[in-house]
Amino acid sequence: MDHPEIIPGIKNKFVDLNPLSVSMPYPDEVVLQIDPRDFKNTCLALHKILFSPVMALFALDERRETGNYRINAIFLDLKNSRWITASIAVAQDVPCFDSLAKSIYSANLFEREIWEMFGIEPKGHPDLRRLRLHDEVCAKENYPLRKDFQKIQYGDPSDYKFARVEGDGIFEVPVGPVHAGIIEPGHFRFSVAGEPIINLELRLGFTHRGVEKLFEGKRYPDAIKLSERISGDSSFAHSLAFTQAAEKISGALIPTQAAYLRCIFLELERMYNHANDIGGIATDVGFSFPSAYASIIKEAILQLNDRLTGSRYLRSINTVGGVLTDIDENKKQILIDALKHIKHDFDELVKMLYSSVSFMDRVDTTGVLRRKTAEDLGVVGLIARASGIPTDLRKYFSDIYKEAKLKMATQESGDVLARLRVRISEFKESCRLTEEFTARLNKGEILRTGPVSKGGSALGYAEGWRGPVLYWLKTDPTGLIQRCKIVDPSFLNWQGLSYAVLGNIIPDFPLCNKSFDLSYSGNDL
Amino acid sequence: MLHILKNRILKGVVTRHIGLKLSKEIESAGSELSSLIRKKFGRSLHIREVDTGSCGACESEIIAANNPIYDLQRFGIQFVASPRHADCLLATGPVSKNMFMALKKTYEAMPEPKFVITCGDCALDGGLFKDSYYVQGPVKDILPVVLHIPGCPPDPLTIITTLLDFLRK
Repeated sequence: MDHPEIIPGIKNKFVDLNPLSVSMPYPDEVVLQIDPRDFKNTCLALHKILFSPVMALFALDERRETGNYRINAIFLDLKNSRWITASIAVAQDVPCFDSLAKSIYSANLFEREIWEMFGIEPKGHPDLRRLRLHDEVCAKENYPLRKDFQKIQYGDPSDYKFARVEGDGIFEVPVGPVHAGIIEPGHFRFSVAGEPIINLELRLGFTHRGVEKLFEGKRYPDAIKLSERISGDSSFAHSLAFTQAAEKISGALIPTQAAYLRCIFLELERMYNHANDIGGIATDVGFSFPSAYASIIKEAILQLNDRLTGSRYLRSINTVGGVLTDIDENKKQILIDALKHIKHDFDELVKMLYSSVSFMDRVDTTGVLRRKTAEDLGVVGLIARASGIPTDLRKYFSDIYKEAKLKMATQESGDVLARLRVRISEFKESCRLTEEFTARLNKGEILRTGPVSKGGSALGYAEGWRGPVLYWLKTDPTGLIQRCKIVDPSFLNWQGLSYAVLGNIIPDFPLCNKSFDLSYSGNDL
Repeated sequence: MLHILKNRILKGVVTRHIGLKLSKEIESAGSELSSLIRKKFGRSLHIREVDTGSCGACESEIIAANNPIYDLQRFGIQFVASPRHADCLLATGPVSKNMFMALKKTYEAMPEPKFVITCGDCALDGGLFKDSYYVQGPVKDILPVVLHIPGCPPDPLTIITTLLDFLRK
């Protein structure tokens, strides 16, 4: 296939682009094999043509098969509803590649990850501090995702160097990893001049459990269980993205009924988390009644999940080829009745928040993430939508959502209020979608078992409530997983938080943080 | 304001009754310890929660145990912000190597008498993560654990009944 047809415009604008080969393994994936010397130019071209951040950038250890490492950079082509991968081979005796970080900010953290996990050097990268393997704990020459890695070697502990802001009257405020509330661990280092924050450095990785390595050598059923425990509040989105990758590899087509059920559960997950966050924003300004009210709504949805599926966090539902839980007539009625109450309570909650002048004063113009900054950082999902970037995988990739005429919620101002408004609109839209999908359910089969053991690689994706969850999966011919790269939207969005808080006061940090509500465990993996 | 009052009255009391059946299993927690707990913390227990690498579902359920429906506070059990104010450390997660030190330091910062409870399957034996290169090992190998709340994640009712059962309320 000729590549100008696959990627129109690529030849005219960037004449020096010359992929070694172009293939389309699936209708929604294009893979360009690139000469390592062209890697940087190609990625820059894709970044500019597609207006896409680096959605994933990761390495594979193929030394046993080909004697090389491989590096894949994945970009999102929203207009044509597909993903474009630029792929290069990296020789094992000179493990390095040209760094993109100085030109494409969103590549920054991915490259640091490749360096710490594989020891492949991104040449020209400005900051190669490690993200997850903390220097205090583990020695430098540990590369856990290499195939020949055995176990962690301890060495002399060294200190992590935070970016220092110097000058008269600058104070550093360290927070974490153990926080005051009941939340996950992470370290925040604020530099303040008086009240306003002038720099925030995030140090995460505390919940690193080495999950990408744990996936290796597993079969699908075990791997699905693991994917549900990457980020507990996005269990369904994670298992959905995983199963979709597995289904692409094994060629399994899921029944219509199962597709609708998956959409219903995905929306239920979105709803309980949005209710939780709206309550959290109220908590962080000390507005206790709406916060308690929101927690009642969240609990109602969790109990609904439990009655529908037997799991409050929507676990053990997805499987390769469909779903394991059906919604019969009886459950349909339960769902519709519950939604009626939930919708009523939610409208009351929104009224309470919007009619409080002091609440609105706290959230308005707080924690602004401007569109330009958001685009440069490459934030995704809900945070991007609140800063005016229209991006939602459901709208572009799913026929079911297209049919239901999904209304994408976007806001321009990028502050806490904008993120609150996006959540409120999405909650209402999810209610509507759930009702519509429920009406379309009929008594069809929910699981089709097809050929499962097949080798190959594919990208699975789902728009979870935070944003796109990606699973890039590679299996061997017997169906064992060889590599599983997970990208939770939190990984790209944490950077957004450290820019949104600048100029705000520390007491507003919890508010900004809650309005982002990112996952630590999804980021740390 | 009127709107809040209206909703307050319309919603009424949502808190559900939690009946307790004392189970035999918990007896093995040790009579010495349980008498100490009854004597010292009988009416008020302050808990410091530490996530040592969980997926966040246990946290979500512990928070849910504090919502108006389950209302853990009515039994005198409170979650506190500082280990200095805590009687009990509630640990979730398989203990990642990065959290090992933080977990130990949090425990050391707590005043005596103190004890440790684990919550969720990961905290018991590492769960699905036990074979990972970056998991230090279960909480019980690091700190003296007196009680485990089982589940993945345990639902709020399990958390509350297991705790109360243990405290012999």
